Order: sequence, then C-alpha cells, then structure tokens
Amino acid sequence: MAGIPHDHYEPNSKGAKWLHSRLPIVGLMYDTLMLPTPKNLNWMWIWGIVLVFTLVLQIITGVVLVMHYVPHVDMAFASVEHIMRDVNGGHMIRYFHQNGASLFFVAVYAHIFRSLYYGSYKSPREVTWIVGMLMYVLMMGTAFMGYVLPWGQMSFHGTAVITGLFGAIPFVGESVQIWLLGTPNGAIAQPALNRFFSLHYLLPFILLGLTIVHIWAFHTTGNNNPTGVEVRRTSKEDAAKDTLPFWPYFVIKDLFALAIILALFVAVVGFMPNYLGHPDNYIPANPLATPSHIVPEWYFLPFYAVLRAFDQDVWLVIAVDWITFGIVDAKFFGVVAMFGAIVVMALAPWLDTSSVRSGRYRPMFKWWFWVFVVNFILLMWVGARPAEGIYPYIALIGSTYWFAYFLVILPLLGVIEKPNTPPSTIEEDFNAHYAPKGDGAKPVASPAE
Amino acid sequence: MFRKLSLTAAMALALTAGQATAAEVDIEVIDYDFSFEGPFGSFDQMQLQRGLQVYTEICAACHGLEYVAFRNLSDEGGPGLPEDQMRAYAEFYEIFDQALFDGEGDFRTATPADKFPASSLSNAPDLSLMAKARAGFSGPYGTGISQFVNGMGGAEYIASLMTGYHEEPECALEGEPMDGFYNAAFAAGGFPESCKDENGKHKVPGSWIAMSQPLWGDDVDYADGSSTDLEAVSMDVAAFLMWTAEPKLVARKEAGLTGVLFLTVLSVLLYLTNKRLWAPHKHKD
Repeated sequence: MAGIPHDHYEPNSKGAKWLHSRLPIVGLMYDTLMLPTPKNLNWMWIWGIVLVFTLVLQIITGVVLVMHYVPHVDMAFASVEHIMRDVNGGHMIRYFHQNGASLFFVAVYAHIFRSLYYGSYKSPREVTWIVGMLMYVLMMGTAFMGYVLPWGQMSFHGTAVITGLFGAIPFVGESVQIWLLGTPNGAIAQPALNRFFSLHYLLPFILLGLTIVHIWAFHTTGNNNPTGVEVRRTSKEDAAKDTLPFWPYFVIKDLFALAIILALFVAVVGFMPNYLGHPDNYIPANPLATPSHIVPEWYFLPFYAVLRAFDQDVWLVIAVDWITFGIVDAKFFGVVAMFGAIVVMALAPWLDTSSVRSGRYRPMFKWWFWVFVVNFILLMWVGARPAEGIYPYIALIGSTYWFAYFLVILPLLGVIEKPNTPPSTIEEDFNAHYAPKGDGAKPVASPAE
Repeated sequence: MFRKLSLTAAMALALTAGQATAAEVDIEVIDYDFSFEGPFGSFDQMQLQRGLQVYTEICAACHGLEYVAFRNLSDEGGPGLPEDQMRAYAEFYEIFDQALFDGEGDFRTATPADKFPASSLSNAPDLSLMAKARAGFSGPYGTGISQFVNGMGGAEYIASLMTGYHEEPECALEGEPMDGFYNAAFAAGGFPESCKDENGKHKVPGSWIAMSQPLWGDDVDYADGSSTDLEAVSMDVAAFLMWTAEPKLVARKEAGLTGVLFLTVLSVLLYLTNKRLWAPHKHKD
C-alpha cells in the first residue's frame, strides 16, 4: 500500500499466518488503525469521527424505527405517534433519530469548513474532497426524504416544493416531476411516500460504502494538517518524527471530543428535542391546507436562500431569460443557482490557485474565508425569513458572495497574495506549540485560527 | 411572573419555488410560568387533573384527542388517575367500534384501551398535538432566541389564546363587520382592511378566530379548591394539552439528565487519559 512509510502487520502465530496468506484482513485493520497521523492535528480534526458515529447512530435508530413505522399515507402519521407514545423507549429513539440529522449537519459543516480553511481539498486530496461532496449531497437527499416520512404538513408541502424544483427544468421538467412522484397527475400520494421510504433506507448504506472510499482515499494520501506541510516520506524514521499512530493517540483524543459533543447532543434531545424542528410537522398532512410558511430544516436554509435570491427582478436573471428566449426563466435560474452553489464548492481544488495549502499562512485568504463563514450563517438566517422588505437583497448579496468566493476570489488570491512561509516540517510546528522543556507554550493548538 | 411578549408569526401567503410573497402578523403570547419548563421541570399532577376536568367539561364538546388512550390517564408522569377512576372515566364515553354488528359498526362503552373520540365538529382541530403544533413563533427576527431564553412553547400559546379574546379594536368597527372573534394571540385568521396601514402592515396584533371565547373564568368547580379565574383555568388546560402532546416529557428529561451526567464524567476520564497519553510527546527533553 502506498502512503507514509510505517511498520506493517506481521503474523506471528501459526493460525495468524494461515489466515494472513488467505485473507489479510487483520493486516488491513492493523494498517488502518496504525496509520501514521500528523501529530499537530488540532481540534478541528475530530469531526470525521463524529460523522462516522452519527451515521451509525442514524442507521441503528432508523432500523428500530422501521420496525414500528407504517409507510402508508393514512397511517404514517399515526404510526409515528404510536412510536412516541406506546413503543418502549420509542420517544427517545425517535428524538435521537430526528435530532441526529441536525448533529450530522453540524458536524459535516464544521468538517467542510475545516477543509476549506486548511486547504484539505487541494492536490493530492481532490478525490477525498469529491467523494466527500458526493456524500454531502447524498446526506441532504437522505435527510429530505426522512423528513417526508412522518407525513406531516411540512413533509407534504416540502415535497411539493422540492419536486417542484425538478418541474422547473425546461421542456422535460413536468415529465421528470411526474416520474419522481409516480402519479399520472403529479399528485403527492402513496407512490411518493413509498419510494422516499425505500430510498431513505437505502442511501445511508451507500453513504457507509462511500465512507470507506473516503477513508481509503485519505489513508493513501495521508491526512492534511494545520500547516498543510506534508509528512516526510524519505524514511520510516523521518515519518515517525512527524507522526504518531492513529491508535491510541487520535482515537482517545477524538473520543474525548465526541463525548463532549454527545453531552450537548443528549441535552438537546432530552431538554428541547423540537427546538430545531418545525411545529407544523405535528399536523397531519393535508393537501388542501397549505401551511402559512413553508421553511426547510435549518441545514438546507443557506441553499434555500440562494434558490430564492434569484427572482425575476434581478437583472442577471432578466438578461439570461432574454438571451435564452425564455427557456431559462427565473424559477429555473434559481434551481440552477442552488445546485450550482454546491458544484462550485466541489470544484474548489481546481479553482484555488494558491501554492500554499493552509489558510494559516495566507494573510489575505483568511479574511475572505471568515467573510465566507459569516455569509453562510447570514444566508441560513435569511433563508428562513419571508421574501419581502430587505431580506431578498441580503439573500442576493450573500448568494453573489458565495459564487464570487469560489469563482473569483480563490483563483485571484493565488496570483495576488504574498503568502507567509510555512514551517519546513510538521515536527517543527509541533515543537513550536509544545516547546521542548518550554514554559508558557500553549497547551493545545487553538481549534481554528 | 407573566410577561407579555409581542411576537411575529410569519405568514407566507403564496410560495412557489423561487418566489414568495408574505406578510407578517404580530401576535401576543404571554410567557406564563409552567412547572414543566427547563431541564428539571416536570408536570404538576394536580394541574393535569384540573386540566383534564376543563377539557372534559368544555373543550370536549367540539374537540377530540384521537392519539390519547384512556389508559394513559393512569400513566406515570401524567395526570396519574388511580386505575378505578380511570376506568370509571372511560365508561363515561361512548365510542364507535367498527368490529361490532358484523362489521357494520356500532357504539359501545369505551374501555381503557380505547382512544378519546375524535373532534365532533369538522372545523375543530384535534387537540392531542396542539401544544407542539402551535409552537411556531420564533423571535426576534426568526432566530428563536427569545423562545430559547424564556422556555416558551405551545403551552404558552394555548393559554395566551384562551386569555387573548378582547373587545374588537376600534379600527375594525370602521369597515365591514368581521366573521369570528378578535383574538390577540391568533395569527391565521381573517383581518379587516381597515386595520392595516398603507403598506398593508397590521395595526393591531392577532386576527379573527372562528371559535367563540370558550373560557371566561369560574367555568368549572375544582375539587381541590384551586383558583378558577380565567388565567388559572387557561393555564390548567394548556398544561394538560402539553401532556397530551408530550406524554413522555418527564421520562425524556430524566433520560437526558442521566445521559448528560454520564457523558460529562466520561469526557473527564477521557480528558485525563488523553492528557497522560500525549504527555511523553509534548515538551520533550
């Protein structure tokens, strides 16, 4: 296996040798667990474990929920109430699963922003990044379909909005929408609930498979680290100066972080499980009564804001509409912008031209990055506000910045910015934090500078 | 301490992908103090029993509780009726059983396993989940910070709705007479043009609700001698409806507390393990 030079598994006993020559599974596990890991990783490198934990949590709680849930338009809502009231521990399992989606997205956004700041997406880790983006999109699909299953008001009318996005595609939109919903007249009914249920059960297992690919990819290239400097691969001894094995050093560190995050998570589940949800989903779906305010879950809001930002009053939308003879109307433009927002992020490895990997050594980049983070939160907030007054303008400015960050700022910064010099080795960075016999050195690296 | 908060319920009148028109309606929700607020809060059993009485004598005339079974009235953490009282209460109801009369269905006396009857009026919503379904106000500016800090939810809303019936504001008398009743806590009802300013913004909170004022104070006689003024009775029924919406609230908070304590201890142990593990590699000679 390519990668950082380190000791590999050697079978000792006769039985171990017998197995190893037939299936080197112990060796695979050993190499995976003992991966040399840069020893200067800070607290922003804990989100991967949180994500793996959450995926497993969602699968286990989900499998139990399926034992009691009934995917039928007349019974789904009542079956969820049955889980909440009559199933032993059902209310906890259901609340863990429901809030687990939020934990998942908190962790994934932290994970993505860490990669964006420390340049983890850059060569040679593009495949890790692309696989990660694919997983993110699958996560969003899974979360959306899971939200449909209780068949409450938001489930139903949210489905109308989301499948309506596909209906905005020129020429084939209507057919696609009917195909997605499975009813001849495009009604949201039993076929939609059944297929969303099927896919909501399937996609997490695809995510599990992609998780393995994601880990495989970065185990081949090695972890990035806060300096962005690569581990020395000249010899096993050099590599050992820059790294420590994943087990036990990073496993224990990550478990410590996980325990703190789970304490917060359990507090949310125990004390305010409906705070992040939408109350209207406690009303059974009623096709005839549209909720007063259709809002997606918080983790979709930034993209929902992008979707709504490009309305028919924006000159760019008017221009595109005119040039394409009305084929790309405001609605379709919004849909393209929303999906495009994720596409440009996925293309970051090829849009970022800077020769320095980590944002820590990029004085100008830092500013643009933090504006990007604030902008993301701003879009999240404005996505939940009604599209009136000043809000559409905020959404438009925020959406424009999102695209400008990837399409203009990242390419230009690499040319005009004069980066600082990173330390020559990871060991040097580690010793700067934990000076040999030092006093007054910081005990831990700050989570995100 | 009750505090009157003016909140905003966002009302999107029409929404398609990419565009939305919306108006915002101010409502008055009072921050009542309930025993079940906060991480350590739990239901007041006597209050739930009083609330059950208010529900039975007044609300049940039109509204239903189709997700709640009579047996739940004896559950731990709820009204906690003794079993004989719960059975006697169930027998008070006649429910429709589809299995009777060779599948044609017939009415029979309810048993503890049966659910409360559904609403008898088509425009009276089922109340089982109201306390969770009506927690949809999140100020200021949609951030939800006010609800987080004050611990406000659907129970506050229900109590505010009960006490929110007022004289029609003067501006409403200028235009066409309105259907329904003016209520300062209700967002989703009709609203007279004469009470909007030139930008369409509402000059008074709330809107006109179809339900006439159900509680006036002194509506019921409590066996325990508790206050029966409008505010007290409203809070009692709101607490009862919080229980019907979230019957496992007490068990959930206990589980949450146990979990938080366990994970806190675990994280301290892991912190110490981690510190010791890394010590030989930090600040080396």
